[in-house]
Amino acid sequence: MSAPGLDPTFNDLPHRRLGEVALARAQELGASHADFRFERNRYQYLGARDGVLQTASDAEDLGFAVRVVHQGAWGFASGVVLTDDEARRVAETAVAVAQVAATMTTTPVELAPEPVHDDVTWVSGYDINPLDVPTPEKGALLVDWTERLRTGAAVAHATAFLQQVQENKYYADLSGTRTTQQRVRLQPGFEATGEDAETGIFDSMASIAPPVGRGWEYLTGAHWDWDAELAEVPELLAEKLKAPTVEAGTYDLVVHPSNLWLTIHESIGHATELDRALGYEANYAGTSFATYDKLGTLQYGSPVMNVRGDRTQEHGLATVGYDDEGVLTQEWDIVRDGVLVGYQLDRSMGHLKPELNDGRSNGCAFADSSGHIPIQRMANVSLMPGADEVGTDDLISRVERGIYVVGDKSWSIDMQRFNFQFTGQRFYAIEDGRLAGMLRDVAYQATTTDFWGSMEAVGGPDTWVLGGAFNCGKAQPGQIAAVSHGCPTALFRGVNILNTIDEAGH
Amino acid sequence: MTSLRSTPQQLVEHALASSTADDCITIVRDVTSANLRWANNTLTTNGVMTEVSVTVISFAAVQGGVATGSVSGSASTPVQVTALVQAADAAARAGSPAEDAAELVTDSTSPDWDTEPETTDIGVYDAFAPALGEAFAQATAEDRLLYGFVNHDVATTYLGSSRGLRLRHVQPTGHYACTGKDTSLTRSAWTGGATRDFRDVDAATMAATVAQRLAWAERRIDLPAGRYDTILPPSSVADLMIDAYWGAGARVAHEGESVYSRRGGGTRIGDKVAAPGVSLFSDPAHPGLECAPFAIAGASDNTDSVFDNGLALERTDWIRDGLLTGLLQTRHSAGMTGQPVTPMIDNLVLEVGDGAGTIEDMIADTQRGLLLTCLWYIREVDPQTMLLTGLTRDGVYVVEDGEIVGAANNFRWNESPIDLLNRFSAATATVPSFSREWGDDYFSRTATPALRIPDFNMSSVSQGV
Repeated sequence: MSAPGLDPTFNDLPHRRLGEVALARAQELGASHADFRFERNRYQYLGARDGVLQTASDAEDLGFAVRVVHQGAWGFASGVVLTDDEARRVAETAVAVAQVAATMTTTPVELAPEPVHDDVTWVSGYDINPLDVPTPEKGALLVDWTERLRTGAAVAHATAFLQQVQENKYYADLSGTRTTQQRVRLQPGFEATGEDAETGIFDSMASIAPPVGRGWEYLTGAHWDWDAELAEVPELLAEKLKAPTVEAGTYDLVVHPSNLWLTIHESIGHATELDRALGYEANYAGTSFATYDKLGTLQYGSPVMNVRGDRTQEHGLATVGYDDEGVLTQEWDIVRDGVLVGYQLDRSMGHLKPELNDGRSNGCAFADSSGHIPIQRMANVSLMPGADEVGTDDLISRVERGIYVVGDKSWSIDMQRFNFQFTGQRFYAIEDGRLAGMLRDVAYQATTTDFWGSMEAVGGPDTWVLGGAFNCGKAQPGQIAAVSHGCPTALFRGVNILNTIDEAGH
Repeated sequence: MTSLRSTPQQLVEHALASSTADDCITIVRDVTSANLRWANNTLTTNGVMTEVSVTVISFAAVQGGVATGSVSGSASTPVQVTALVQAADAAARAGSPAEDAAELVTDSTSPDWDTEPETTDIGVYDAFAPALGEAFAQATAEDRLLYGFVNHDVATTYLGSSRGLRLRHVQPTGHYACTGKDTSLTRSAWTGGATRDFRDVDAATMAATVAQRLAWAERRIDLPAGRYDTILPPSSVADLMIDAYWGAGARVAHEGESVYSRRGGGTRIGDKVAAPGVSLFSDPAHPGLECAPFAIAGASDNTDSVFDNGLALERTDWIRDGLLTGLLQTRHSAGMTGQPVTPMIDNLVLEVGDGAGTIEDMIADTQRGLLLTCLWYIREVDPQTMLLTGLTRDGVYVVEDGEIVGAANNFRWNESPIDLLNRFSAATATVPSFSREWGDDYFSRTATPALRIPDFNMSSVSQGV
């Protein structure tokens, strides 16, 4: 199938003309920098429960934004009325906001330089836009999933959902860059719940399929074996409901990529955002223990830890050709042989630390809609596999007493990314190098550098999976972003395991 | 494209007139917002945003019942609305019967229906902004760093239907928050709150509060994990009660999947779930927390039904004198559970019958304990007990003999809000509060007391500052 092109219905919108009007007005008013974004984001959410399509809603954000640097201060405004007059008004409002801000701006805003990218286009990698697939067909698939799950004896209720996004974005700035881009991504999922009649305990078991930067082909079995997972989940739930509760203590962990991606996201991805390290998120998402003075010296983890930032990863959720400041996207090292060596940057962060990345942003500016100002957001941040073909079974065989963790569930980390606690979908006891049945009520709790320092081995390329998050939150006003994290299965020694029933005091 | 902007009422009428479905509901939201953000004693990202979104919900008779189609989009012209209507009509006709189908609400008109939307702009900070600039200067001079955010938005909602609804609601929402640190970044403090118009928010007072709390932290007291006599201020109680509220869906409770489920089947409505005297309720008319007095649902799910659009909302008790009295109900779930229809309302109040005094009184009455500032990164660990985990943040103060004597390290905690409502040993009077975790983007209209918990589970130490 040929690669999709830009949606012609987006090209028919007046983004170019409005952009020229707005930028000209900002320049007239004395802006030293001005950029214009015109976005149309289409969403569809479908949700089914127990054989019925419960939710089906389509939404579309359409609008534009003008961001200026004026008198050394940021100003931003957005609008939704697609007229020349409104483009001028929004540009004037952005400058007015900057004038208010200028009186309270003590550090003038400057941007790292970026070459001009003259009228370039980029389209993400997918075969079939899921929003072009008839809704009844997609709804029927989800209904079928819930009905298949409910055939399991232990399953009382089943849910399924599908979130789909088509993102079109046009960017223009006073330096002459013009980019037009299109991305498609989707997140399917399902969950079965049930109750043990003897104990009254209820629990759930969910799909471990990751969200992807792909199209409808992901749902047809080309990249994930949905049939196998739908058949497996009811049996896994039945086993979990009968499983013994875990004894709290210290265990070796073998962590599957379906769980480890989230630990990477929270303890590495966010911690190596330079805006956080410099305090720009201190009132909300927090700062970072990985402060700038530790660059090149912080022993983040063990020597087998190698982490890369990559906004070019094929089918990645944060993958794009150019970021929301017109920067050509890149890949780079964040942790090399266990040592912190890099950060994620946008143009203003890049200017503050010109010794990084040859004084250039590495392409991490993003806004989730025209109504929000671009901020520094996460690249795809991934843990690299080992060179040798070490399999998950090999890693399990090295453990005398431990737990094998599969699938994500609950997650939480402190505002400097030290202390975290995660649960999962399923936990298997490991005894003498073999799996020995499922456990319940497990949470692992650690400090970031202790945890990554305890990573004794990583699996080989065959264990590597690209996981990810669809709705990572950051900034004030709050924005969401999608981001992928690839990783192999990995072995950790001596991790603290909690029993969540004990924690609840029951 | 050249287009003239229509009024929200015109957009509603155009949608209803152009729909060819059996019924149609149209919701127009006109929102303006203005914000200032700062870090390291300087403004960072600031903006003024405008948004007009139109949601069209079409209803079509299909074999076996009524199907719906819900389509939303940014729209300010009849042409744009026509596209939404056509998409919604087509989705309804192609849809399957809705399980929550019910008679649509009929014939109700707000007296101010014809009034234009209310707005805000950067001028809402005319008094606040200069004082904030002075606070930056003072903080710099005194070796402190300020980080923070203020936001004000005004949303005007118009809800019209082919059955005669013409409802309008104006909702101003504002909040402020400021974090302060010493320049060595070893101490951190926070203050924040909600407002409707910023006339009651003073940047100088905000900055002074942060400075005072940083001063409390000049003495550092390292404490291990464990269970502590802990004072949860109203902001922390709001954090926890919002989770308890959001988790109160009647359908999932009825179907055995929440802390509000009765073992063996059904909900725990009528059961004791909290200590005597505890009341948790919502009321669209609650002074200072006013919110939409009618149901608004763009799509159906476990706790919302598009068929319920326009249902009148009134004070609803979720917990009364310790007994669970209500859960979040659509008409559909109410039919399943045999309980009254009690849709979600956009505010929440916790009261304790014998709660009295202020948090200062509670501190003065504490021999030894911890005073938290706020909670962070709260997530559900186990739905069966509603076990939540999270962190303390920006100030855990040690109280001895009724005085604050220093600041302790932060902790990870594991607790259930439902358990806490049974275990607390003292409560203050209820006051306006603001959830640090959820107040910014989701739920800012809360009023809660401070609670003292005799054995709050600090599961481990957090090195984060």
